[in-house]
Amino acid sequence: MNDNMNDNILEIRDLVVEYRTDEAIIHAVNGVNLVVKRGETLGLVGETGAGKTTIAKSILRILPTPPSKICGGEIVFDGEDLMQKSESAMRKIRGEKIAMIFQDPMTALNPIERIGAQISEAIAQHNKIKRYEAENRASDMLEMVGIPMERYNEYPHQFSGGMKQRVVIAMALACNPTLLIADEPTTALDVTIQAQVLEIMQSLKERLGTSVIMITHDLGVVANCCSSVAVIYAGEIVEYGSAVQVFDFPTHPYTIGLFGSLPKLNSTEPRLKPITGLMPDPANLPTGCSFYERCPDAKEQCSGSKPAMVEIEAGHFVKCFRDGGGE
Amino acid sequence: MIPIILGITLVVAIFIQIAPGDPARIKIGNEATEEEYQALRDEMGLDDPFFVRYFRFLGNALRGDFGKSFYNSRPVMAEIFQRFRYTIVIALLSVTLAVLVGVPLGIFAATHQYTIMDNAAIALALVCVSMPSFFFALLMIRFFALTLGILPPSGITTWQGWILPTLSLALGFAATITRQMRSNMLEVIRQDYITTARSKGLSEFKIRYKHALKNAIIPIIMIVGGIFGMALGGAMIAEIIFSVPGLGQYTLGGLTGRDYPIVQGSTFFMSVIFSVIMLLIDLGFAFIDPRIRSQFARRRKRERVS
Ligand SMILES: Nc1ncnc2c1ncn2[C@@H]1O[C@H](COP(=O)(O)OP(=O)(O)OP(=O)(O)O)[C@@H](O)[C@H]1O
Ligand SMILES: [Mg+2]
Repeated sequence: MNDNMNDNILEIRDLVVEYRTDEAIIHAVNGVNLVVKRGETLGLVGETGAGKTTIAKSILRILPTPPSKICGGEIVFDGEDLMQKSESAMRKIRGEKIAMIFQDPMTALNPIERIGAQISEAIAQHNKIKRYEAENRASDMLEMVGIPMERYNEYPHQFSGGMKQRVVIAMALACNPTLLIADEPTTALDVTIQAQVLEIMQSLKERLGTSVIMITHDLGVVANCCSSVAVIYAGEIVEYGSAVQVFDFPTHPYTIGLFGSLPKLNSTEPRLKPITGLMPDPANLPTGCSFYERCPDAKEQCSGSKPAMVEIEAGHFVKCFRDGGGE
Repeated sequence: MIPIILGITLVVAIFIQIAPGDPARIKIGNEATEEEYQALRDEMGLDDPFFVRYFRFLGNALRGDFGKSFYNSRPVMAEIFQRFRYTIVIALLSVTLAVLVGVPLGIFAATHQYTIMDNAAIALALVCVSMPSFFFALLMIRFFALTLGILPPSGITTWQGWILPTLSLALGFAATITRQMRSNMLEVIRQDYITTARSKGLSEFKIRYKHALKNAIIPIIMIVGGIFGMALGGAMIAEIIFSVPGLGQYTLGGLTGRDYPIVQGSTFFMSVIFSVIMLLIDLGFAFIDPRIRSQFARRRKRERVS
């Protein structure tokens, strides 16, 4: 038991998050279970609005409240439930133990603060060191992500999108976090810079032994750098397993659909096949399986109740009646 | 800046041209003979064509000469400088007070959103922006001067004399700033970079006063510029209500007496002051907002190259 605790840097159990607006209650995350092992990279994939960013922000407890509300669940980080922590205890974890790279580099930086200061601020917050030492370390971080330290005193608008993303990465890595949450770190970038950014993250990960949650739409990114994969649909994990298991034996109809929509280089099919239909409105989720409407294999049973998560082989979980989710 | 001043002076000159009333007749009275009257009109230059008069005024004004009052022959420029001190002090005091009250109150309301205190502050601010300042002036005279008798109702003989004119102006401005500051703050707090700051583990205090406040206050600077313009106008009205011998009274006297040099001189003067303030605000903006600062820098570089 204790061993198990130490193997997993993060365990999310039955996390439920809602956004309560005047018009509706949006069920963004509905009972998510996730495990991140020490030193591994977990890929979290799913289409837009599936709840990926919401999960990430719940871990750091930086969701905007109101409208958001964490309705239940545990988030156990390094053996401690973050939900039970006081706000000041959380502040010590944010940035120092768990850091996050945000989805949109264009808006993630304060437009009127020098980028160097925005990095050194995180360092100074968590280390009792002199100001110039924090600044030196911030310059080093900049160099590490390939930005010359002469640009320390420039403002975000003087940087390109790709460089801003690297600044955000430098900021997240400044305190050598134990867990890094990268929310679509490459979506805003063009392909060449994407590769560069992934490479930077990979090399840092190897050097520092950081565990990573890699949130992305891009299955190519998952294939390149993740050891396990969780597929999320309408706020639920529908398939979870090692990268090999999920890539080579995709089992949930949604995962199969996702992989079908990935263009293959040697494919004979003329164009990629997107999954038809839309994700159900999270303000108005069906009582049955949330993939029912779009599922090519839907049975009567699927609209009536939700399937349970089943372990179809060691470490490979699927949430579908077809694979025994009814028992 | 120069087109603005030209435009304002031109409009004033046109109004003077079409306004009824005859300063020569006012000065000389009804007893004078037709020759005497005509001689005075010539001396005052009233019969010259419109553009001759306009450019004569402009030429003199640029050399710092606004002419002399029709009636007491005192140079208008000197009089304006002497009286403007009152106006500018009232305007400055009221804007400073409004900023000192409005900015913290707006922050307070924003950080206590949905509480009774926030609602109270917002309701009060709404009342204060909707009421004209002369109304406050009258209420205050009634309350502080007549009922309580602790402040003078008019004139500036002691320092207490400044209080009511300043307060009556400041109230509305403070309310405007409070409302703007609150909504800026609420807007900024929702931005992604605030979430980023929070994810670094910064304290709520630092997030609020280092990251949010600076961003929220930049638009306020622009607004304060506009408010200062209004404060100058408002001060002139307050002077009339509180019998302060400032520029407002002077201009009003000039208007009712058809004393054109006074009217033209003080509007010219005010438009110059106003333009200078706007320029200073723009420069202040550039100083605070790095995005605008680098725009300036780029333009300068381009000018140097070409
Ligand atoms: N502040 C908010 N207020 C109300 N609803 C929100 C808010 N933030 C997110 N949501 C809703 O919660 C759901 C999940 O959003 P989330 O941002 O977690 O999706 P995501 O998986 O990160 O999507 P993407 O890939 O586009 O980033 C969506 O339906 C979204 O509309
Ligand atoms: Mg997202």
